[in-house]
Amino acid sequence: MIMESSPGGRAPAVDVGGVSRVFTGRKGASVTALDDVSLTVAPGEFVSLIGPSGCGKSTLLRLIADLDTPTAGSIRVFGKPARQARIDQDYGIAFQQAGLLPWRTVAGNIELPLELHGAGKAARRARAAELIELVGLSDFADNYPDQLSGGMQQRVAIARALAESPSLLLMDEPFGALDEMTRERMQNELVRICGETSAAVVFVTHSIPEAVFLSDRVVVMSPRPGRIRDVLGVGLGDTAERGENLREDEAFFHAVSQVRELLHGEAPTGARGVETR
Amino acid sequence: MTRTAPPAQPAAAGKTRAPRGQARRGQVQLRRIVTGALGLVVLAALWELYKLLGPADGVVVGGTTLLPRTSDLAMPHLWVMAERVLEPVTGAAAALPLWLVVLQGSMFTLGIAAVGWLVGVTVGLLLALLMQRFRLAESAVLPWIVLSQTVPLIALAPLVRRWGSQIEIGDFSWESWMSVALIASYLAFFPVSVGALRGLASPDANHVDLMHCYAAGWWKTLWRLRLPASVGYLLPALRLAAASAVIGTVVAEVSIGLRGGIGRLIVEYAGAAGGDPGKPWAPIFGSIAVGLLAAGFVGLIGLFLRRFRRGEVAA
Repeated sequence: MIMESSPGGRAPAVDVGGVSRVFTGRKGASVTALDDVSLTVAPGEFVSLIGPSGCGKSTLLRLIADLDTPTAGSIRVFGKPARQARIDQDYGIAFQQAGLLPWRTVAGNIELPLELHGAGKAARRARAAELIELVGLSDFADNYPDQLSGGMQQRVAIARALAESPSLLLMDEPFGALDEMTRERMQNELVRICGETSAAVVFVTHSIPEAVFLSDRVVVMSPRPGRIRDVLGVGLGDTAERGENLREDEAFFHAVSQVRELLHGEAPTGARGVETR
Repeated sequence: MTRTAPPAQPAAAGKTRAPRGQARRGQVQLRRIVTGALGLVVLAALWELYKLLGPADGVVVGGTTLLPRTSDLAMPHLWVMAERVLEPVTGAAAALPLWLVVLQGSMFTLGIAAVGWLVGVTVGLLLALLMQRFRLAESAVLPWIVLSQTVPLIALAPLVRRWGSQIEIGDFSWESWMSVALIASYLAFFPVSVGALRGLASPDANHVDLMHCYAAGWWKTLWRLRLPASVGYLLPALRLAAASAVIGTVVAEVSIGLRGGIGRLIVEYAGAAGGDPGKPWAPIFGSIAVGLLAAGFVGLIGLFLRRFRRGEVAA
């Protein structure tokens, strides 16, 4: 199991236990976005959440980020309640929209979280320069977001998410708005960055190849109510070995078709929440 | 929102864009100036053309005058107005030239309008912050703010003056010009409070979520996100407030009867129109100049806040 690679005894990066989220409408109508979902993400593990629209994958991510509170169940991040983990800045986050502040330069945007949490100017500068280098935007540090392409903006957003060296990254379809080529390049870079930072990642996507390429485990979800249909261990080798070649690999295609079957198959192949590997 | 859509030629064009963009901006600037000047010329030409060709008694339909009479009294030639400005105010030996008197009046009015603008902007911003902070305050205060603007200024002026005259704290005593400034601020705060409220609420849910993730409190979110995001809404509001402050000052000068400002000059010189048709136009041009100056000042503020208006260009 992936757990083995984590330091022994450390609390899991994310521990979701029996979480439900029910949205109540105006006229008493309620929508169950998540129904009794349980999931554990080990430190350093890359887990993708995949499923059709309305399966609650984004809701689950927002719950982990404490942008929303569950109706039932508990969420712990590194052993702490989600709220405390947010206040302690235990995670970095990136959304589908890059969400850069248009009046700040690339460097200024990356420095934002550091600035908010009182880092010194010199330390901020140094860290931003480091991250800009990491995401390959060294020539654009002083550019404003409107001067960047969508892919570049998203890279800045990822750098910003990494600014405070979090041990957990939460990503909500960060490449969803990018074209296919940019998308694959960004995936390669994300794999590399994750290798360098050894952060755990919870990654929401609706692209099967993306989930398979990036993840150690793929969590397949089903809608109405949002549930975990199955969890598939992918583990296509160490992050260091992952590269363009992997996309041509037999194991890659096999995993892709497995996920596809899980997504489309009516009957779950195993009890939900149970790992089949 | 289309923020994720990449600009046409992002990276490669970055270097070459700057100088070309500057040249283009220069052209746009020049065209603006020329268009503005042309507008003035057209206006002047229309005036003179109508005076030349229009019927002497104006265009009257069923007893109602639709277009003014073209006599020298009703519509003096532009050069008459210009000449009059250079002459002394009255026939008296010690009389100052008209332009100087109007200039002094304009400065007086501009000063009061500036005080009114500052007070109005401060009050407007504070109200907007209050409404942004507390949802309840928004539903409680906003209707009153809108309602406040329906009170006619003329009705308000004597009241303000009477209340003001009763204020006396130590050495401080309320003066008439303060009443005028207060009335100006009464007009100026409205666009600011409404514009700022919209601006403060303008950040995307995305950005607000992000600040929440950063565990940034209300003040930090205000300073780093809401205030910068509101600049694009605030600047037009400030310009509107400047215009309102000037109009409020001129009207309040008249209704309170404060001497020394443009408002007073307009009333005073209007009486002279019968024998001296060029004279009433001088303070009118003076008040236009004050308005332009006030708007220009806000434009200057906008120049310093240019960085925060990038979003407008991008989106």
